[in-house]
Order: sequence, then C-alpha cells, then structure tokens
Amino acid sequence: MNMERARSWDLRVFAALVALGLLAPLVVYPVFLMKVLCFALFACAFNLLIGYVGLLSFGHAMFFGFAAYVAGHLAKVGTVSLPFGLPFLGWHWIVIPIPPLTPELAILGGVLVAALLGVIVGAIAIRRQGIYFAMVTLALAQMVYFLCVQAKFTGGEDGIQAIPRRPILGLLDVGNDFTFYYVVLAIFCAGFLIIYRTIHSPFGQVLKAIRENEARAISLGYAVSRFKLIAFVISAALAGLAGATKAMVFQLASLTDVTWQMSGEVVLMTLVGGMGTVFGPAVGAGIIIYMQNYLAGFGEWVLVIQGVIFVVAVLLFRRGIVGELVAFFRRRAAKPAEPAAAIGLAKPAE
Amino acid sequence: MFELIGVPPQALFGQLLLGLINGAFYALLSLGLAVIFGLMNVINFTHGAQYMMGAFCAWMLLTYFGIPYWGALVLAPIIVGLFGVLIERLFISRLYHLDHLYGLLLTFGLALIVEGLFRREYGISGLPYSNPIPGGTNLGFMFLPWYRAWVVVFSLTVCLATWFVIEKTQLGAYLRAATERPDLVQAFGINVPRMITLTYGFGVGLAALAGVLAAPIYSVNPVMGANLIIVVFAVVVIGGMGSIMGSIITGFGLGVIEGLTKVFYPEASNTVIFIIMAVVLMLRPQGLFGTPK
Amino acid sequence: MRCKLMAVLAAAAVSAGAGAAQAQYSDGVIKLGVMNDQSGTYSDLSGQGSVWAAKKAIEDFCKTTTCHDKIEVVFADHQNKPDVGSNIVRQWFDVDKVDVVVDVPTSSVALAVNTITKEKNKVFLVSGAAASNLTGKDCTPNTIHWTYDTWALANGTGQAIVKTGGDTWFFLTADYAFGHALERDTEAVVVKNGGKVLGKVRHPFPAQDFSSFLLQAQASKAKIIGLANAGADTTNAIKQAAEFGIVSGGQNLAGLLVFITDVHALGLKTAQGLIFTEAWYWDANDANRAFAKEFGAANRGNMPTMVQAGVYSAVLHYLKAVHEMKSDADGAAVVAKMKAMPTDDKLFGKGSIRQDGRKIHDMFLFEVKKPQESKGPWDYYKIRATIPADQAFRPLNEGECPLVK
Repeated sequence: MNMERARSWDLRVFAALVALGLLAPLVVYPVFLMKVLCFALFACAFNLLIGYVGLLSFGHAMFFGFAAYVAGHLAKVGTVSLPFGLPFLGWHWIVIPIPPLTPELAILGGVLVAALLGVIVGAIAIRRQGIYFAMVTLALAQMVYFLCVQAKFTGGEDGIQAIPRRPILGLLDVGNDFTFYYVVLAIFCAGFLIIYRTIHSPFGQVLKAIRENEARAISLGYAVSRFKLIAFVISAALAGLAGATKAMVFQLASLTDVTWQMSGEVVLMTLVGGMGTVFGPAVGAGIIIYMQNYLAGFGEWVLVIQGVIFVVAVLLFRRGIVGELVAFFRRRAAKPAEPAAAIGLAKPAE
Repeated sequence: MFELIGVPPQALFGQLLLGLINGAFYALLSLGLAVIFGLMNVINFTHGAQYMMGAFCAWMLLTYFGIPYWGALVLAPIIVGLFGVLIERLFISRLYHLDHLYGLLLTFGLALIVEGLFRREYGISGLPYSNPIPGGTNLGFMFLPWYRAWVVVFSLTVCLATWFVIEKTQLGAYLRAATERPDLVQAFGINVPRMITLTYGFGVGLAALAGVLAAPIYSVNPVMGANLIIVVFAVVVIGGMGSIMGSIITGFGLGVIEGLTKVFYPEASNTVIFIIMAVVLMLRPQGLFGTPK
Repeated sequence: MRCKLMAVLAAAAVSAGAGAAQAQYSDGVIKLGVMNDQSGTYSDLSGQGSVWAAKKAIEDFCKTTTCHDKIEVVFADHQNKPDVGSNIVRQWFDVDKVDVVVDVPTSSVALAVNTITKEKNKVFLVSGAAASNLTGKDCTPNTIHWTYDTWALANGTGQAIVKTGGDTWFFLTADYAFGHALERDTEAVVVKNGGKVLGKVRHPFPAQDFSSFLLQAQASKAKIIGLANAGADTTNAIKQAAEFGIVSGGQNLAGLLVFITDVHALGLKTAQGLIFTEAWYWDANDANRAFAKEFGAANRGNMPTMVQAGVYSAVLHYLKAVHEMKSDADGAAVVAKMKAMPTDDKLFGKGSIRQDGRKIHDMFLFEVKKPQESKGPWDYYKIRATIPADQAFRPLNEGECPLVK
C-alpha cells in the first residue's frame, strides 16, 4: 500500500517535471537545458548502480564519453574500421562502409557500443565489490581514456568536431536548438522511464535483495553475478545514451567526456541530489550544471567548490537534497514503520 | 641474442634501470595507500594531492626559508603529515561507522579542494626545483644520474623499514590488531583512535616523501598527483590490498614492466599497467598477494 | 521571448531614429570576447594578459580616432576544453551578443570555435592556437589566424636549425594529433633542407617521465633533439634532459612550441641553449619594450608573450576595419575588410592578411641565453635568425583552403 502511494507521488512529480520541461525553453536558453537533460540522464543511469545495486562505479564516464565518440563518428563519417590482430604481428582492419547516419541511428549506435563496453568492463569489475569495485572501474575508465587519446577516430585532443545534425528519420529538421530540445526531452523521458521500470520490477526487487544481503540472495538460488552484470550493462547503456545525445547537442565529442573528473562529477551530482532516490540525480545534475555555468568565470574555484560540496555532502547531507526532502515528509506524515533511508551500499564481502 | 628482438642490450638494460626508478615511486606511493587502507580501511584518494603537497612543501621550504633538499626530505613529510592528521581528526574519523565508500568520496572531495586551491595559486606551468645531486656516471649501457640512483636506494630503504615496523615490531602488531578488533585492543588500554590518526599521518607522510623525491625530476605542478594516483590504484589492486610487502614488490615490478613496454611498444606504456590489472582480476581477483575472500 | 522581442523592436526604433550618418553597430555596441585559458597550462601565456592587451588596443585606438562607439570587452576561461569553449561561445553569440571572439589557445578549442563562428557569421581572431588547418582545409571567411601556426614554427625552427648546422635530428613526439602534425611538418622541412632524421619516438600524452625516451635520443647521437610537444610535456622533457646531461653532452634541444613563460618556469640554467621560433619578443625594440613595461606593471611583473602581443595587434586592426565600415554586424564582411586593409601597429609593424585568413609578418629564431649572459629577469633570448614574412608561412596554394581559388 505504501508502495502505491509512493508510485502515485512519483507519477505526479514526473508529470510536473515534464510540464516544466515543455515550457522551459521559452524562458531559459535551450542549449543549457539540453545539457542539463543529458547529464540528468547520465546521473540517473549512474544512480541505478549505486542506489539500487550498491555498486559505486567511479568510471562511468567511459560509457558516457565513448558513446559520444561513437555517435559522433557515425554521424560525421559513418564508415567503421575495426582493428583486429596483435600489436606485435601488426594490426589489420576490417572496413565496414556506412554512410553518415542521422542522429537517432548514430545515438543508437552509441548506445549499443556502450552496452558492449559495459559487458566487457562489467565482466571484469563485478568480480570485486565495494571499494575494490570502485577502484577497478576507475582504472579501467582510465584505460579507455588512454585508448581514446590514441585511437585515430577520436581525433585525440581535437575531438570529433562539427558533428552534423541531419534531419531525424530524414523528416524532422533539428538544426534549430529549440526543436532539438524537445527531441532531447523525449530521449530523457524514455531513459528515465526505463530506469524507473527496471527499479520497480521483479528484476529490481532481486537487485534490492542483493544489495541488502547478498549471501542470502545467493542461498536463495539467484545468480547474483548475472543480475549485477545485467544491471551494470543497463546502466552503461543509458549512460551511453546520455553521452551520444550530448554529442549531438553540442556537435562535439571530446576527451573531457572520458576523464575521471567527469566520472567524479556524476558521482557528485548523484550524491548532492540523493543517491537511491528516483528524482535525486536529475535534481543534482541541474544544480551542479547550473553552478558550473554560473561560476564559469572563476576557473578553479569551481573545482574547489565542487570539492567542498563533496565533503559537506558526505559528512552532513548523505541523503542528498531529495533524500532529505523525502525523509522530512516521511517524518511529517508520522509513519513510524519506515526508517530513514540510509543508503545501503554493498557490504564488501572480504 | 637480444638483437633478434630488434633491441640492443644497452637500451634494454637502460630501460630496465629506469623502470626500477619509476617502480620506486609506485612502490612508495602504493605503500602509503596500503598502510592507510590495510590499517584503517579507508581509500585515501587525497594521496595524489598529498604527494603534490610534499613536492610543493619542498619548493616552499627552499624558496621562502632557504631550506635545501635534505632538510625538506625530513620536514616536508612531517608538515604534510600533520596536515593529514588534521583532516583525519576533522573529517575522516566521522565516517568510520559508515560504509568505506564514503571515505573514498570524502577524500576525493578533499583532493579536489587541495588541487583547486594550489592551481588557483600557482597555475599549472610548474615550478623549478633544482637537482640536489647533479651529474651522474656512465655505466656503459646508459648514463645514470646520481639522483635517480639515490631515489631507488632511498625508497627501497624506506619501504623495507616500513614493512619491518609493521610486520615485525610490537607497534606494528598493535596497529594490525587494532584494525581487526579495535574494541578489544582498546580494552587493553591502547589509545586506538590516536593510533589510527598517527597511522594516517604516517601514510600521508610517505606520500609527501615521494613528492619531495619527485620534485627535482618531475615538474612541481598542482596536477602532478592527479593522474599518478590512478596508476597507483591499479598497482594496489594488482598487488592486493592486504599485504604491505605485496605492494612494495608489485610497485617495483610494475615499474620494470612499464619500462620494458617503453622499449618494445612505447604507445602502450600508459595502459600496460591497467591491462595487467584487468588480467589479474580475471585470473586472481584478490590480487597477487592478497588473501582470498 | 517577449522581452527579447521588445528589445529588438526598441533597438530597431532607436537605430532607425538615429539617422544614417552614425555608425550602426549591432545592439549599439562593439562587444569583444577574449576567451582563453585563465587557469591551466596556457594561462600564463594568454590568460588575463590577453584581456589587458585587448583593452590596451581599444585604449590606443580611441586615442588616435574619436570613439563615439561603445566598445566592451568580456572574457572567459575555456579551460583548454573544446566543450567548455564551444558552450561559452554559443552563449556569447546567442545570448550575450558578442561580435568577435579573440585569442583562444589550444587548437581543439579553436577549431570548435571556428565552426560555430562561421555558423553564426561572426568574427574569430585567433592568436593563441597553433593549428595550421585554420588557414588550411578548415579555413572560413570569418576567421583570421594572427600570430603563429604549426607550419610557421616547423618551418622556422626546422629550416633555420638545419641551415645553422643542426642537420641530424631525433624527434620526441607527443602521441596525439597535434604532436604528430608538428613532427610531420618539421620532418618535411628538415629533409627538404638537406637534413636527416635519425629516429623518432612517441611518448604518451601527457607524460611525466621522459627518461627512457631521452635515453634513446641520446643513443642516436643526433645533433638536434626535436621536441614535438607542448606545455608541461616540453618543460618536463627539458628538465629531465638537463638531468641526463644532454645539452652538456653536445646535443641541442629544439622546442617546436615554446613560449617565454615556459623558459621562465624552467629557469635559464635548465633551458639554456634551447632553440625555437616565435613571432614577437618583448626586448626586441623600443616599442616592444614600452608595451612590455606597461604590461608588466599591470600583470605582476610578467612580460608579454607573442600571443598577448598578437591579441593587441588583431584587436587594433579589427577596430580600424569596423570603424571604416561603420558596422560590425556581418562577420564575413568585416573579415573581408580586414583582409583588404594592410595592417600596421607598433608591435608587429607593417603586414598583411592573405586570402586564406593568414596574417603575415616576420618570424624569429631565438636561442635561450646562458645564465651568465642574461642581464636581468626575463632577459632570456638572443636572436639567431629572422625569417622574412614571405617565407615564414605556408605558401597560399599548399594549404587546401577552399577560399583560395
């Protein structure tokens, strides 16, 4: 019964946010809004992993950024050259000629590659938990970063520039930022709903069980590693969706998107907004992006302020803004049964 | 014989020696991380920033107080170690009752603050710090600067001394016991929180020491620790977090492997350590010297 | 949106009522945006110094010409990231009504700004960035590349060094697009002038430890070790080269992208003997020295770099062109006017701008003095050669710029 109330609340809040989103570009600069939406989706995807599976991925930027590169490449050049062979024996290339794609296909390509990367990284990283998991994801993300620096198609330090925005499905012209904004809004809503559905499903319940008590879940016969891997891949794919969309918005994919600082930023957004809450990451993303924009003139003070927010949030505001609001309303509703939602991160098994 | 691989023996030995020197830095830094984690279960993301602070401290001591390198070698770790003690008392100690990941996030935030403040003050171009032992000797297969030889010898000594203290002395025994059962150890009348604080300070001091060692050869700039720390994380994961000796051996070993990669396939020298980490995780998730779960 | 509409109507009314005789600048103001690195690797060579240079240009312009015009300068930090830079520039153009973007070091950012400026038909005056593609295949009618580029550096340094005896080379290259380009351009010049490249090694970007690469360079016994990298990589490599006794062992380092601020950071003891090309040096003549003195007074005693001098020169010429046209609205038209007018300012002297957007002036080959040769702070360079303007830059027909028929 409580869950239904929570769900109807969620629905109402979501509807309100969508309504806000539909009207916002009339008042606020659409490019800024699109940036917020992309990062909000990124943060929600990250939150799926930390809030509901209890795994802190410190390298999520690799999915975000790599998908951006893939989408950018598909939209600008199209032709894909895949390497195979060993470094000592010489690389050979399979060339798959593709014409430059329209945005929705390019984004789809980005998502698929991000999911594939998620499978590979997840298979390695899932073997560890807790802090080890975080460090492993960080290290693997750094490896992806160095690969991106080297790979020809990423353009290295220049990045992929002047990514064209062809008409979507060949029909809808999205050269105008205003029009494209609604497309991005639709993408965000789709991604958000996928996450929501994943959380509130039998699959999501198993994830919750794993987070609460992994040993018991194993003893009940659940293939825990597989569940974690699937959740990881979903999270990676949606982070990829965010990244690919961002590449289309800014018509640029660059190394910044795969740095560990970017990974740290999405952690910050989720922490500030509220880990494990439904709307927290989006709120957090909005706040951090706004702050970055507002303080853009101050250079490294942004770094310092982000550090301060991190420290303050970890020490005092662990539940994040939305988490605190939820706890506040719960206290007011005087329902004694539900304990304050402390974030249950996965307990390291060693 | 070596010509078959296309590399003359001089280049090979030269690179091996250089790899050993890099390994010294990896070992010293991962030692600090391992000490802090092994005894406190906290991942000190600030380690890179503290390494940088050590280098800056040495520079400041020289520039403002005229204290040369040898004095800085002693003073800088103490100063930065005190800073470490301060942040442990103020911030980190509040998180012990929570999941360890919060410690990671906290130290990450602190790292951002420290790096941001130093960048604000000193820019990124890097500050000069002169070599205290200039010159070197021609070994035939390479020219070995005295300073680099000193780095290897000194870090090896420090690493072994630390290992000895932790594994073989009574103080070390108390520290190790305090990690496993702080309540029992406290019951014996040992001031556990103070020990933990001092441990953190010691680990930070090790990072700062590495920074002072690095100052004459690498550029003293605010981002010197940022990318290095992630490599050190990989080293620690490969070595296995539980073992002090493990991180020392892994640090030196990976430095050597990196050096070899620079000879045979230089473009991969940045990623080889991560590749090894991935392989080790697939085959032996607890790390080379870690204890299985 | 309503407010914007009202503003446009009001502006239209005002400008209509103001009469045809007065200049009609977009939104009534000439707004210059100086965007560069204010906090990172390139903050010393551009940063606030460039902003000062732009303001000084406006001041000097208004001394010689009566300025009815309202001229404003805004600045921003792109943090050397193309996404930050393109974000700022979009907002500047769309929301803040900036007319011209100036400086922008870091080629990746400059290329992004280049595209956006063309899209919005504004003006882009590049001083800080090096990418020779800006006047090559990426040239646009809205961009002028002012101070230097990779081709000029490669050509100047490579040719001049080979001609003065440095005919065997070994390259230490940063393994990313910029480094490769620099290496490729310089190698071509060296070979063309009769030199030989004995070997190359690529180091990761960014790199901390160059010892193994320097070892290989030493073993090659090449007379010149070319550093095809920039920023911290260059200073690190130079520092470590000093440690290995490379210069005292008879080899010379050739920095392919070095600024006076890098030399200042390294110190003369470490940087002595370094050879490289620059477009401007503060101690070259009296006019430069006077400018530098004023600059130093306002910028913590630092001396201006060629990038900041280039900003001064570019802004001055832009203002002259806009003043003659009495309008700044059409970016391509302003740039066409700038190309039609010969340039003349106290820092770069007389020069011109080519069809492809390349500004032409002499380039200079400098060598860093030994510590005992220097008479004071910032007295770092001695001149080895002057490369005349018509030879310093890539020939017009070799660039593949679509504007050049």
